[in-house]
Amino acid sequence: MKNRVGREEAGSAREVVSAHPSAPRPALLASVLDDEKLLALLLLSPAVLLLAVFIAYPFAMGIWLALSDASVGNPGHFIGVKNFVKAWNDSIFRTAFWNTAVYAFWANVLKLALGLWVALLLNRHFCGKRLVRASMLLPFIVPTVLSALAWRWMFDPTFSVLNWLLYRVGLITVKLPFLSDASWALWCAIVVNTWRGMPFFAITLLAGLQTINPDLHEAASLDGANAWRRFRHVTWPLLTPVTIVVVVFSVIQTFADFQLIYVLTGGGPANSTHLVATYAYQIAIGAGLLGEGTAMSLFMFPVLFAVVWIQLRYLRRLEGM
Amino acid sequence: MVERRWKKWVYFYIPLSLIVLGALFPFYWMLITAVRPDVELYRSWRAANNTPLWTLAPTLAHVQDLLARTTFPRWLWNTFFIAVASTGISLFCGLLAGYSLARLRFPMAGALGTAIFVTYLVPPTVLFIPLANIIRSFRLGDTPWALILTYPTFLIPFCTWLLMGYFKTIPRELEECARIDGATRFGAMVRIIFPIAVPGILSAGIFAFTLSWNEFLYALVFLSSPDKKTVPVGVVSELIRGDAYFWGQLMAGALLGSVPVALAYSFFVEYYVAGLTGSVKG
Repeated sequence: MKNRVGREEAGSAREVVSAHPSAPRPALLASVLDDEKLLALLLLSPAVLLLAVFIAYPFAMGIWLALSDASVGNPGHFIGVKNFVKAWNDSIFRTAFWNTAVYAFWANVLKLALGLWVALLLNRHFCGKRLVRASMLLPFIVPTVLSALAWRWMFDPTFSVLNWLLYRVGLITVKLPFLSDASWALWCAIVVNTWRGMPFFAITLLAGLQTINPDLHEAASLDGANAWRRFRHVTWPLLTPVTIVVVVFSVIQTFADFQLIYVLTGGGPANSTHLVATYAYQIAIGAGLLGEGTAMSLFMFPVLFAVVWIQLRYLRRLEGM
Repeated sequence: MVERRWKKWVYFYIPLSLIVLGALFPFYWMLITAVRPDVELYRSWRAANNTPLWTLAPTLAHVQDLLARTTFPRWLWNTFFIAVASTGISLFCGLLAGYSLARLRFPMAGALGTAIFVTYLVPPTVLFIPLANIIRSFRLGDTPWALILTYPTFLIPFCTWLLMGYFKTIPRELEECARIDGATRFGAMVRIIFPIAVPGILSAGIFAFTLSWNEFLYALVFLSSPDKKTVPVGVVSELIRGDAYFWGQLMAGALLGSVPVALAYSFFVEYYVAGLTGSVKG
């Protein structure tokens, strides 16, 4: 490395004094470093190589695995789409797929609504704003697994602090079955996901709000628009592009979520709260059925693909690059 | 005037305080559980002397247990090493790729940019099963390299995207001046553009560090020996013994595992926010 930097310095030093004929010419190096196409090739190769080996290759291998009966220690044979059919006929998998849709939909609706509200609250001047913003981001920073563990403890069937609070306030007389009842458990996961992901929405939407020219609001209120109309016709249209990007990111993250459910419920009670990813993990890593597990995880792909496609199509952010 | 102040409380201060309270309560709960003696921890919720929200006899026993009797310190070191190494690799690749996508004209530039952006959106949950096979065939299983080489798959696209956006804000004239003065394109990039991009590099770096510190699925699948694990995996798989949850120790682990990343964040909060918002603005 040191050698390369040294040569590079020598190269440009030579160029500075290029009128000097006696200086040695590292011509090849200089031309590589100066030619746009060659330099681009050189600069992009580390990134592209790594992504090819660890994303493109596993993706291709995943498709092969999904079409085979591979398991741990058995390379497997081609069996067509049997794994996909089998997964779809598996009632636990269908529950998991439905759960994933419900989870992703409601968590994102809640995150968007709350995040937008918080962004609007934060988009004004008040004492301690930086502190509020910094502490609000904390749930997003801390490892999800660790905070989900704290939530699991807060939802504990016997020692839940939430039950204690509600009991003391007088709202309940019997314990709420936070994680021990199937429909409660999924909603608990949605709440925890919202708790964790809302700051991302709030902070990015806040950044979007801050780019809106205040003159527009002033002009709108001079024209007699009330707060709601100013929001509806000035803020919202200008905020839509940022909102779409944030929602796309978050939908992908939630739809492909694994860790929160793994820690919070482990798919239970009685396999009722599995997401596609946690069930695929259980089948592929737990039971060693690689082909079946991969087929299950690939069920996520069409949805993710559609979301990415919408993103690329509507935003066209790569235009003119 | 009085009415306005009243409105401000109802529509602003009270909701905001409730939201901050809700955001921070689980952390308070981690802390209070970590310092609470076991006698208090498992007391019936209807007991008259139950005081869940505070403790009368704080103890460091759980923390001492965690640090002395478990491999937790080892996990902290593993996580730190892996996070720093994968962040370094990703920044290196992301800087070079981001620069060339932002500045250089070459065939397929647009398509390549799109491709890198799309890989940003492929979640680990779609890839982990085949990737586990690949890691095994490269003989990287149960080594830190399994993670150091795979974390960049989600960090590089992010770093590239963020830095590309940053490079585009730097005026071309600066480079052109350097080139007129005789610097090569590469020389201008390294000596003129990279130093200006330091805030962007810091944003990408801090964000990548927190992402790799928090990663769970790959670490869960690729590592198996207890002393090789990272904090999130170690806490979940080693501190929970069978069906027994030692909540004091677990929460001590959750708290101490969150501190390094929270510290890194608090020092660079502005850069972090810039990275966060930049990641969606590009």
